[in-house]
This record gives sequence, C-alpha cells and structure tokens, in this order.
Amino acid sequence: MRGFEKVHDACGLFGVIDRSGSRFDSDMVVTAMKNMKVRGNGLGGGFAAYGIYPDFKDYYALHVMLETPEVRKDVESFLEKNFDVVNAEEIPTNSEANVFRPPVFWRYFVMPKNDEGDDYVVSKVMEINTKIDGAYVISSGKNMGVFKGVGFPEDIAEFFLLHEYRGYMWIGHSRFPTNTPGWWGGAHPFNILDWSVVHNGEISSYGTNKRYLEMRGYFCTLLTDTEVMAYAVDLLMRKQGLPIEIVAKILAPPMWDQIGRMDEKSKKIYTALRITYAPLLINGPWTIIVARHGEMFGITDRIRLRPITSGEKGDLFFVSSEEAAIRAVCGELDRVYTPMGGEPVVGRLYKFEKAERRSQRGEVFA
Amino acid sequence: MKFLLKKEEMFSFMLPEFLVERRGDRCIKCRVCERQCGFGVHSYDEMSNTMRADEMKCVGCQRCAVMCPTKALIIRPHPSDYRPNANWTREKIQDLKKQAESGGVILTGSGCDKPYRIYWDHIVLNAAQVTNPAIDPLREPMELRTFLGRKHDKLEFSFDGGEVELVTELYPNVQIETPILFSAMSYGAISYNAFKSLAMAASEYGTLFNTGEGGLPKELRKFGKNAVVQCASGRFGVDPEYFNVAAIVEIKIGQGAKPGIGGHLPGEKVTKPISETRMIPEGTDALSPAPQHDIYSIEDLSTLIYALKEATNYEKPVSVKIATVHNVAAIASGIARAGADIIAIDGIRGGTGAAPKIIRDNVGIPIELAIASVDERLRREGIRNKVSLIAAGGFRNSADIVKAIALGADAVYIGTPALIAMGCTLCQKCHTGICNWGICTQDPQLSKRLNPEIASKRLVNLLKAWSNEIKEMLGAMGINAIESLRGNREMLRGVGLQEWELEVLGIKGAGE
Repeated sequence: MRGFEKVHDACGLFGVIDRSGSRFDSDMVVTAMKNMKVRGNGLGGGFAAYGIYPDFKDYYALHVMLETPEVRKDVESFLEKNFDVVNAEEIPTNSEANVFRPPVFWRYFVMPKNDEGDDYVVSKVMEINTKIDGAYVISSGKNMGVFKGVGFPEDIAEFFLLHEYRGYMWIGHSRFPTNTPGWWGGAHPFNILDWSVVHNGEISSYGTNKRYLEMRGYFCTLLTDTEVMAYAVDLLMRKQGLPIEIVAKILAPPMWDQIGRMDEKSKKIYTALRITYAPLLINGPWTIIVARHGEMFGITDRIRLRPITSGEKGDLFFVSSEEAAIRAVCGELDRVYTPMGGEPVVGRLYKFEKAERRSQRGEVFA
Repeated sequence: MKFLLKKEEMFSFMLPEFLVERRGDRCIKCRVCERQCGFGVHSYDEMSNTMRADEMKCVGCQRCAVMCPTKALIIRPHPSDYRPNANWTREKIQDLKKQAESGGVILTGSGCDKPYRIYWDHIVLNAAQVTNPAIDPLREPMELRTFLGRKHDKLEFSFDGGEVELVTELYPNVQIETPILFSAMSYGAISYNAFKSLAMAASEYGTLFNTGEGGLPKELRKFGKNAVVQCASGRFGVDPEYFNVAAIVEIKIGQGAKPGIGGHLPGEKVTKPISETRMIPEGTDALSPAPQHDIYSIEDLSTLIYALKEATNYEKPVSVKIATVHNVAAIASGIARAGADIIAIDGIRGGTGAAPKIIRDNVGIPIELAIASVDERLRREGIRNKVSLIAAGGFRNSADIVKAIALGADAVYIGTPALIAMGCTLCQKCHTGICNWGICTQDPQLSKRLNPEIASKRLVNLLKAWSNEIKEMLGAMGINAIESLRGNREMLRGVGLQEWELEVLGIKGAGE
C-alpha cells in the first residue's frame, strides 16, 4: 500500500474532436476546463492529446512519471531489456508553473522486441507500475500522450507547455478529490495503450469491478477508482472487440423492468449481457469520457447521477460535464444533446464512420 | 423391598433441563398444554384436580407457553446447577452422565450452538455520504435478481447489415428474484406440510427450495421449476423425471452440521408416502452412507456431474454441495474444474435433522471464512465466473446475507431461519421425531398443526422482509443492483478481529 486505495472524486470533464482529423492546439480544452474551475479544487488536472507525435506515430509513446530522478536508470534498463527504444527525452516543463511538488517526466518511443503487440505492452506497463518503486507509466499509446498532475488544469497545461502540441482530439479533467494523497499519478486521465479515461464520480461497485479485473490480469495500482474504468474498457473493447454501443450497456445496463418490456430478441441480448458481465456493471454516480484513436465517447451512470452534455459545430464534436464549458469555447452550436443515463454519445473521425463500423452498432443498440 | 429398584436398573442422575412454572392464579385447567405436548410433560390429575408437569421430559420448545390461553405457563432453563466450573459446564456434565447411563452417541438436531466467533458480528457495512448519493429503494429501482449457473468469459456477437445477433450460447442459468434460497430439508426429515410450505413459498416469491435427499412427491412436482433436487449418497427418490422437473440438480457430498457423516432416517419414520417418495420399502431404515460410494475421488465426482448433465440434456446447472472443512478452497476449485456450475458450501453452524452432537459441535469451519477463501481462491485461478457460489449455514438476518454476498457469495441457502419462520424454537429435538410445531415430525397429529397456507405465508413474509432490508442496505451504499455488491469487500470493515482474520476475510479493519 502506497497510499489510499481509492479516492473520492467530484470533477469536471471535457472532450473535443475534429472529425475531419485536422489538428489544433490546446486552447479550447484549457479554456473549457478553466470555465469549470468550480468543479475542481486544484488537487488534480490533466489532459490526453491524440495525434501529437506524427513523427513517431508507429511507436508506443511511454510517458513515465519518476518520483525520484534516481529511479530513471531502473526504468531505462527495464525498457532496454524489453523494447527497442528509438527516442528518449525528458518531457519539457515550465518550472515557473503553479503546481505542487512536480516529479520528473520522461517519454520513450519504443517498439516491443520480437514483434510482440499490445498485450505485451500492457503487461510491461503493469510490471513497471507494480515492480519499480517510484515509477509509473502514465500513458502508453501510439501518437498520443497524457499530461497530468497536482494543480488546476490550466496550471498543469502551463507546466507541460501544452500549447506547443497539436492534436485532433483532446480530453481534459479537473479534479475535486475529497481526500487526496496529493499524488501526481492519481490525476486523470488514466490511460492504457491508446485508451484514455476521465471520470467524474465515485464508483460504489469498485470492489466488485476491481476484483473481476484482477482475475483478468489488470492490477489497480494508481490508487483511484477511475482505473477500473480504463481497464474495463480495454478488456471489453480492445481484447473482446465489443463496440461502444454494447460496452455502454455493460457498464450502465438498463433496469430489469425495462428489459422486461423489450421485444424477445433485445430481451435475450440484454439479459445475456447482464448475466455475463454483471461484475462490470459500474454502480454509483459517474460520468466518463473515453477516448481512443479515431473516436471518443461520453456516458453517464444508469440512473444519471452525474451530468453530461454533448454539442456539435461543423466538424467539431464536444462532450462535457457542462454545456457552459462547451459554449465558452464555441458559442454557436449546431446541436446540443443531453443523453439519458447509460446512453453513450459518440464522436468519431469521418473516416471511421464507414459502413462496417456503423453496422457494428446494430439496431438493438441504436 | 418393592420400593427399591432392581439391582441392574439404573437410577438417572440427570437434572431437568427446563423448569415448568405454572401460575395457579391463571391456570384454568383447560388441559391445552397437555394436548399440545408431544413429549408428555403435562398431565391432569383428576383426583386432586391439578395440572402436573414432568420436568425431566421438557425440551423447552415453548409450544405450551405459546398456546396456553391464559398465559399461565413459564418455561425457562432450570436454575438447578452444579458447582460453577469453567471447565466442566452443566452441559458437559449432563452429556457425560447421559452417556454413562446409555453408552450411546449423543444425537441432536439444529445447528451448532457453540460460541465459535460469529464473524458477521465483527463486520460492519459501508454507506454513501456526500460524494456518492445514497439511493432510496422506495423511490428508485433496486435490483436483487440473481442468476445461478456458469458464466462465459465473454460474449460474441455478429453484426450483419445492422442486425446484431448473439453468437454465444449461454450456459444454463436459473433466475431467482432474491439471492435467498431455502436449504435442503428432506421430506422425511421434515413433515409433508413443512416441505410443501417451502415449495409453495419458493414458487410464490420466485426463488428455490431444496428437496434434500428425500425425493420429491409426485403431486409436488408442479413446484419443480422452483426446486433444487438432490442426488445424495442414498439416491432416494431418484429417477429421470425427478431431475428433469427441477431447476437445478445438486449432488450432496456433505452437510455443515455433520461433515463426513451420512444420514439415518429410522424405519418408524418411513411411512407409506415417504416410502413411495424415497422408493424404499415402508418401515425400513433409510440409510445415507457417509460417502457417495461411486465418488471416491474428484474424477469420480466429475463423472457423476456429467452423468447428471447427460440425464438432463445439459439444460440444467449442476450444483455440488460440500461442508466447509479445512481445505474447502482447494476442494471448491477442484469441483469447479470437475464441471460443476454451482458450488454450495455449508458452514459449521448449518442445521440438521439429526447428527452426532460431538460432530455437529466440533467439525468444520465458520461459513464467513469459507466464503472468503473459496471466492479468493477461485478468482486467483481465474475461474470464479465458471461457478456460482451459494453459502449456507449460519445466517440469522439480512445483514448476514449482505455481508456474505460482499465477501463473494452469489446467493445464500437459509434453513434454520425458514424453520423459525414456520414456528421452530430451536429446541434441538428434531432427531426425536417429536416436534410440537409440526415441522420435524411424521406424526400425523403433530404435523397437521402446520397449515401450509399459513406457514408459506410466513415464509414469503420473511423473504419479503429480508429482501426489502437488503434493498435498504444496498441503497444506503449507493448501489442499485445486487451484482455490484458481489465480492465487493470494500463495503466491509472488521471490528475486533485479528490480523490473520482480516487477511482471510480479505477486508480492512474499521477506520482504515
């Protein structure tokens, strides 16, 4: 035990994607987070940006947090042993920024030895996080990165010199922990491979979810319940290949009463989902935004105990805790939509909206 | 000399267990107590127009006290006692004297009454405050629906032209509306009316009763879809229809009250209807061997599991019930790998119709520790979802059940609570065949005291009350579906437990 096993959160969330794939700077996401200042308390802020490393887009970009500078050589000898490291550098930071006891961040662009793939990277990330004391991989996807720490989001953005990056999709998080280890690794987003999750809420099913995920090889080390969201999504979407529309019904399934009123076919599918994936029902109040390359979705809990709103303007798609935050960066919107509990709102690159992708959703989940 | 006992006759040195106090100012000599007592405690002396009591026969079942129209009777533990001795308690001395007089194994009924630590009373529950809203079960849906059976690791779908089809075929699962089932209590051990009451209540509430090893009478097969039918070492009442009318087929290996011990229904209890149901001659002893003689190993168990699956066309989950012994976790893991869909574990406080007292009180481990270690072991081996885990033995209220589910059980079997709901007072005389409450007897005069319409209503009320309480506790935790409690040990904290106990239970101490 290196601190609290679970942190109670309130929080503000925001995500924006340019569906045409054009890249843009951090302006919108930082402004939106500032607008929701009251949803945080300066004890955590963070961002995930997609499309920021086009020069190294085929390599896993590992952002590693080092609590002490000495631990770096352990990390590097571990990486050398298991990966081909094509580039290593300290992540540039602004020492003037108003943040709390920053650790050191390095990034490594790596390729697994022996043509190993995603599962290998996940297991090595788990190994670093559980075995190398004081070192945490905070993001491990390709052509993306997570920047997070203890401070208000705008201070974190300043610390990491975020305005120097350009991505086609950004998500942000402002944190209001009610008890906190004041710990940089505990800030959002949480990431594994190119999956990033920001979360507002407290998961009352945490113990159930965590123990199920442990059975599947995911070990929660980052001391917060948001981690189970990231791992659940990784298990269901990456490993089991389920589309967002089905995953949403696993995390936030309809009530049995509602299922009872469905037609036979839907009833069968929803019942099978609830029977099989009962340990992954995420209970309690929560809203999450999940991003991976090409798409992003927001969803809130089955009885809608936490807020979420989405908006669209041209190629831009927004999802946020508050409409005000969206309006703060884009006053005129073509469409504003507030989903029901358990109903995902999805923003995708147009090139991903191909026929086969659409067909994956199916009418049962439309 | 005629007043003396014959030389070889023994005078009993036993003290009475209960004191019968009759308040003369209230007693109207109506003789209700005399008629109600199957043990023959009360009698009326016409000569003196007085009611008398033979206290040596009183078992403290309270039937007379409850039925007395003027409440003239007080039955309480007898105050006469030996010199206080922490080592030689009254019970130990009495048991020894009884054996010196009889030379027999002492039999008893009900569950272990010894003060082994009751972990339920050292575990407290969590509730939501501020950061997580509590949910009001009176105003919002609160789901207790539970499915028993093997679960897949993942589901596969096909997506053709916008049509979603479920490709995976689910294993058989049985739906129950509350995670509370009635424990195995056989027709023979309990009366027909008690047995029927359990079946009726399970059917009305949408849960399951368990036939025990005494078969299922033909006319009650309409309750089959709410029945767990047992296949035990005596194979009583077993035929293809018995399995196929049931919801679940259960192989009984052991029972919490008497691990390693078989069963014995004496011939005098094997009446005509019981002989027909059990398929044995009337009046013969129904002997259940200690082991199942075709199961001497885990591979033998697997053979029987698959034989039962074959017999039921792979349409029903097969459960294996064991008593919680020291290496229960390893055994459970073997059972899961042998192909069982459900594992039922029965703790040291589980009840019985008859068992050697020395076994009941000394063999097995508490169910709390067993649930925790079995659940943890199955998870560590990655096979927890391959079986449902039903815990039995020692549940006294709905909080015990919530704690059991949070430790890792899918559902619980309740036996003793169901009996108490029907009238049982835990006098522990089930093995005598006399039950003044009409529950654990085959005496037609006694068993007709239990009206299935009324007794099943009491049972349904109990299920309803406990289910509502479970909903209250879930809502307070900010949870609205029972599956989010299952294995959620974050919701539990230990009070007054040692480090090793917290570790086995997998919970933190309060304040941590």
